[in-house]
Amino acid sequence: MSFQLPSLDYAYNALEPHIDARTMEIHHTKHHGAYTTNLNGAIEGTPLAGQSIEEILANVSKHSAAVRNNGGGFYNHNLFWKVIGPNGGGAPSGALLSAIEQAFGSFDQFKELFNKAAATRFGSGWAWLVQKDDGSLVVSSTPNQDNPLMDVAEVQGTPILGLDVWEHAYYLNYQNRRPDYINAFWSIVNWAEVASRFKV
Amino acid sequence: MKFELPQLPYAPNALEPVISQKTIEFHYGKHHQAYVNNLNNLIVGTRFENEDLETIVKESDGAIFNNAAQVWNHTFYFQSFKPKGGGKPGGALARAIDASFGSFDKFKTEFSQAAASVFGSGWAWLVKKDDDTLEIIKESNAGCPLTKGYYPILTCDVWEHAYYLDYQNRRPDYIASFWDILDWDAIELRF
Repeated sequence: MSFQLPSLDYAYNALEPHIDARTMEIHHTKHHGAYTTNLNGAIEGTPLAGQSIEEILANVSKHSAAVRNNGGGFYNHNLFWKVIGPNGGGAPSGALLSAIEQAFGSFDQFKELFNKAAATRFGSGWAWLVQKDDGSLVVSSTPNQDNPLMDVAEVQGTPILGLDVWEHAYYLNYQNRRPDYINAFWSIVNWAEVASRFKV
Repeated sequence: MKFELPQLPYAPNALEPVISQKTIEFHYGKHHQAYVNNLNNLIVGTRFENEDLETIVKESDGAIFNNAAQVWNHTFYFQSFKPKGGGKPGGALARAIDASFGSFDKFKTEFSQAAASVFGSGWAWLVKKDDDTLEIIKESNAGCPLTKGYYPILTCDVWEHAYYLDYQNRRPDYIASFWDILDWDAIELRF
């Protein structure tokens, strides 16, 4: 069984003006599509075919660069399209908000830390809110298409929120102004989805 | 202000349609300028404050390296082009390319593959080694061959900001067009 490019839960123009329709379409069909195709090509006929993506990433140090890069790209974009959406923004509530306040002091302090992780990732990569195995929350960033599920990641755990800071994620709309893109991201975060990924 | 953004040896629209004026305005005017500004701010009060750029590239790490190497890399990149460029190198560089890669066409294919296969942000380089042979290498992010003791001859910037406004995800199309604006006279002087 091969991995499938998921369809989005919303239209390509649904995140405007924060992310434009053209960026969404190219990002989803071309970039995410290529990671999916290349991942399938990299695992075809190997023992990895049939494993879940989480299982593949958990042992990624044993696999090829193609599996690491494309497996990460496949998983990361799957998560990204889910944790953003139209009618997003605002702040989390309930147990997730309590955990954020416990870990970072306040929601605003968390945002500041996450913004810094996203803005200072040099080159291509991602910023994450990660739930570690002990249940606690931490902010991290990874290069290229690595993520916290990988056994090669500095900070390991389950990503519950991710922000793509590859230039392809924002260049058509924001060019060199990555901080403006990061700022706009907070208006489209789907906190209900993020909360559903948080284990109480 | 120690380091300054070097002038472009051509007008911002001179490389069209291969590289658009808009891309040059951001790539040179914003990205390259930001690396210069960041470097100038970062070196204040460090041992690099009065060093030349090559020394900083070779001896620094972290944020100072990232910005210094990106200043150097972009200056090198932007000085490789001219309007209506292209064609082939001549003289000693042509002979060295034939000796190392078999032919100019084989070199082009190999260099293009290297540039296409840099994963994430980075650069493809043609470098000369101490024994006068040529090699193609790939570098991530701000990677610069000076740190390995090589002499850079040619580079292609494959950070997405170098081509996304004009080519989006089609990096191979950018690389294929890149050959049409090369200033081989300038590049030969580096050999």
